[in-house]
Amino acid sequence: MSKKTLTDSISSINESIAYDEETNIFSLKEVGTWLDIATEIKNLNFNYLMCITSIDMENSQLALAYNLHSTETKDSIEFNLFFDKDTEIPSVESLWRTADWHEREAYDMMGIKFINHPDMKRILLPQDWEGYPLRKNYKVADYYHGMYIPKDKTSWE
Amino acid sequence: MAELTLREKFDKDNFVVEKLDNLINWARAGSPWYFQFGLACCAIEMMAASAPRHDLERFGVFPRASPRQADVMIVAGTVTIKMAERVKRLYEQMSDPKYVISMGSCANSGGPYWQHGYHVLKGVDLVVPVDVYVPGCPPRPEALIQGIMELQKHIKTQSTFGKAKNV
Repeated sequence: MSKKTLTDSISSINESIAYDEETNIFSLKEVGTWLDIATEIKNLNFNYLMCITSIDMENSQLALAYNLHSTETKDSIEFNLFFDKDTEIPSVESLWRTADWHEREAYDMMGIKFINHPDMKRILLPQDWEGYPLRKNYKVADYYHGMYIPKDKTSWE
Repeated sequence: MAELTLREKFDKDNFVVEKLDNLINWARAGSPWYFQFGLACCAIEMMAASAPRHDLERFGVFPRASPRQADVMIVAGTVTIKMAERVKRLYEQMSDPKYVISMGSCANSGGPYWQHGYHVLKGVDLVVPVDVYVPGCPPRPEALIQGIMELQKHIKTQSTFGKAKNV
């Protein structure tokens, strides 16, 4: 599929999809329709979800970047979602099984919650950990289960 | 005349009179079985130390897969805060006498996670008592072997029945 046809066919799925020619990235701000859009994208033979990246845009704004690849047509696209930090995102685990752990990681590190995810809990950190470490405004706790986490390290050196 | 070792005494007379403490220490120092448990890249060097080229078994040191059978815990790698509770639990499951070797920068002090690692324990000595620190990132097998030899020296100064000489 040529790049133009591909771009047009993805942009025509929904009016709210924006496409930046310079960076070659599709983006979406109305995340409620994301699962339907993702289903359409998958029908365009994008059968491989390479990565989900979560981004803290600051000012309570978060973003997700989905890197999709087609093993049949060898096309790759990036799809970005921009949303407020309390917004819940539809899970695409039902389309690409890879999304299971990637979404759990995004939840663990950035605190993005996914709707209809089969097992929405922390993947790396302990279940009772407080806060989301990759948020820009994350503050390291003083203690975890009685173990001291030093921040002023001048006297240690 | 220099003091003879147990072995030399035995070779000389086929008969040994020795303090029980020394005999026990000789046995303990000669077989510090370590708990086979690696946390990060230091574990690769620990494996290399046990492998034929460096051959830890000539010191009587070899891995046990259960803390119940081990004398030495070599903390080989980054101790994350999540892992620290397990490390402590495993240490508690070992039977006395037990020793801990902290291997590598991460286990000594947090290493490269010193400044910004929110998830890394800044030194395993915050949760378990450490006998020997082996510096390096990761330490070469020779360094680990030296650490084990230092531990053997430490074991030989201990006393089961009397007061400890140097602890």
